[in-house]
Amino acid sequence: MTQQNRNKNRNQKRKRINRPLSWTSKYVEVLLKYATIFSALIVLVLFGFLAYFTLPLFAEGQFAELFSLHWRPFHGEFGILPMIAGTLVLAISALLIAYPLALGICLFIHGLGPRWLTRPILLLVHGMTGIPTVVYGFVAVFLLVPFLRNNFSHGSGFSLLAASLTLSILILPTIVLLINTQLEHIVPALRLTTTALGITRIHELTRVSLPAASYGLLSAAILGFGRAVGDTLIALMVAGNAAQIPERAFDSIRTLTAHIALVVATDSQSTTYHSLFACGVILFLTTTSVNLLLHHIKQRACREGNHE
Amino acid sequence: MKHGLSSGLVFIFSLLLFSIFTVPATAGDLDSLKDLKGNIDIAGGTAHIPVMKDAAKRIMTTYPKITITVAGGGSGVGVQKVAEGLVDIGNAGRPISDKEWTKYPQLKSFPFAVDGVAPAVNPNNTVSNLTSTQIQNIFSGKIDNWKDVGGDDAKIHIYSRDEASGTRSVFWKKCLNKGAVVESANIVASNGAMKVAVSQDRYALGYMSIGHLDHTVKPLSLNSVAPTQENAINGRYPVVRKLYMNTNGAPAPLVKAFIDYVMSSEGAASISNNGYIPLK
Repeated sequence: MTQQNRNKNRNQKRKRINRPLSWTSKYVEVLLKYATIFSALIVLVLFGFLAYFTLPLFAEGQFAELFSLHWRPFHGEFGILPMIAGTLVLAISALLIAYPLALGICLFIHGLGPRWLTRPILLLVHGMTGIPTVVYGFVAVFLLVPFLRNNFSHGSGFSLLAASLTLSILILPTIVLLINTQLEHIVPALRLTTTALGITRIHELTRVSLPAASYGLLSAAILGFGRAVGDTLIALMVAGNAAQIPERAFDSIRTLTAHIALVVATDSQSTTYHSLFACGVILFLTTTSVNLLLHHIKQRACREGNHE
Repeated sequence: MKHGLSSGLVFIFSLLLFSIFTVPATAGDLDSLKDLKGNIDIAGGTAHIPVMKDAAKRIMTTYPKITITVAGGGSGVGVQKVAEGLVDIGNAGRPISDKEWTKYPQLKSFPFAVDGVAPAVNPNNTVSNLTSTQIQNIFSGKIDNWKDVGGDDAKIHIYSRDEASGTRSVFWKKCLNKGAVVESANIVASNGAMKVAVSQDRYALGYMSIGHLDHTVKPLSLNSVAPTQENAINGRYPVVRKLYMNTNGAPAPLVKAFIDYVMSSEGAASISNNGYIPLK
């Protein structure tokens, strides 16, 4: 899109906004405004509730105990640090596996691979987004876990490694689709120029298109990380759920989400139960900051786009 | 949750079949429900579900004016929901805790069955008996190889249950004697998941409700006493627990009639069929 075109678009938009609003559109605007405020309020109320339910922990003076290394509720130890570590290590390792793969797939689609394969690959990736998590979990329990157990003889196979491999497949389509959307905007616009300059496909992609898409690349990574942190079922089914700080790839680990799922049915008057809300607050804050970060990145990308 | 949903569907389906193929017959133990109508909502412990569903099915096919819903959730959920008045019966696989009694002093508890918890290994494992001390040493991490207890030279893969599990609670109290469990032990979320894990893993050691045992796993004798229903009844096998139905204060007539039916001889037969031992 040329600069002229863009200016024209912007002027058109301005005109549309300045036109006096009719009665119905005013009504719709008010309605939408309240809908927005309402949805925002729900999120705030949710956070308020979570915070409120962690209060008993403060009252019983057990808040500090949350940040200890051992989860032994029957001995009065409620440390959730192993779960926080497990969540982070699992999400990061899944991202480390999925991201290069996703990047490779996108480069393949946008020039490195044969053209006729583009559509089938995109269809496949789109199809992957529709597969329920539990299917990946089942396949991993019956194929991947026994494979790891029998071929490496480091424990039961329910491990960080098994979970991060499975989780990386889950977050792969999210990352691919996000990067792909970015490249779809950028690559065609640049291809004519780069071809005219005699730059090879590989150089075009790695030196021109990818740097131009850097914000998209970053937001894809962040969103993939967010998905990995939020997933419950794969960790619950495959990671082994031992509440310990992960040290090796074959260690059994427990994530915050799996921890909540495991413990939620416990005696609702106990400290064990109240400590879950602290886990909820941490998860909520993590996903909120992921979203804020994304928003921030998008805004910066827009601003810099305007300065071009 | 998934399991609950699918078994719920099966339940509805079998109800349909029942209503097509059976003519309401006269039933001795069901007579007390004859003139009653209304709803009973049940939630809580998952071990109870087969027994509750059996009773609900029989009552609803005989007296269509009575509607009974059965949901899971776990023992803690059962106690909380019944005490808050959200359900009529809250099931628990453990007694009501002291803290729960303090907050909800109005609760009434009705024990109706006994369930045993057995240590279990893979059918390919050569070990078939362990002493309590050996099991405690394995779970606390002092023994970590099967060869130290008479098996192959291989690391023991320990599987345990989550903190909300009534099965874990009784195993920990009566078999592990409230001893430590290594933090590296794998945790599974249900009796079903335990069975899958142990049946797949040649060097696994886990524990599960006697009602869930089948040919895919091998129960271990504890101090040379086999974990069977007979041994649990005559008291030789010690790792047992009671299953409870709880109500919010004295039960309403319909709920009372339901509880009486579960404890009747027909109810007892259904409890035995599901692998548990009726309390008599």
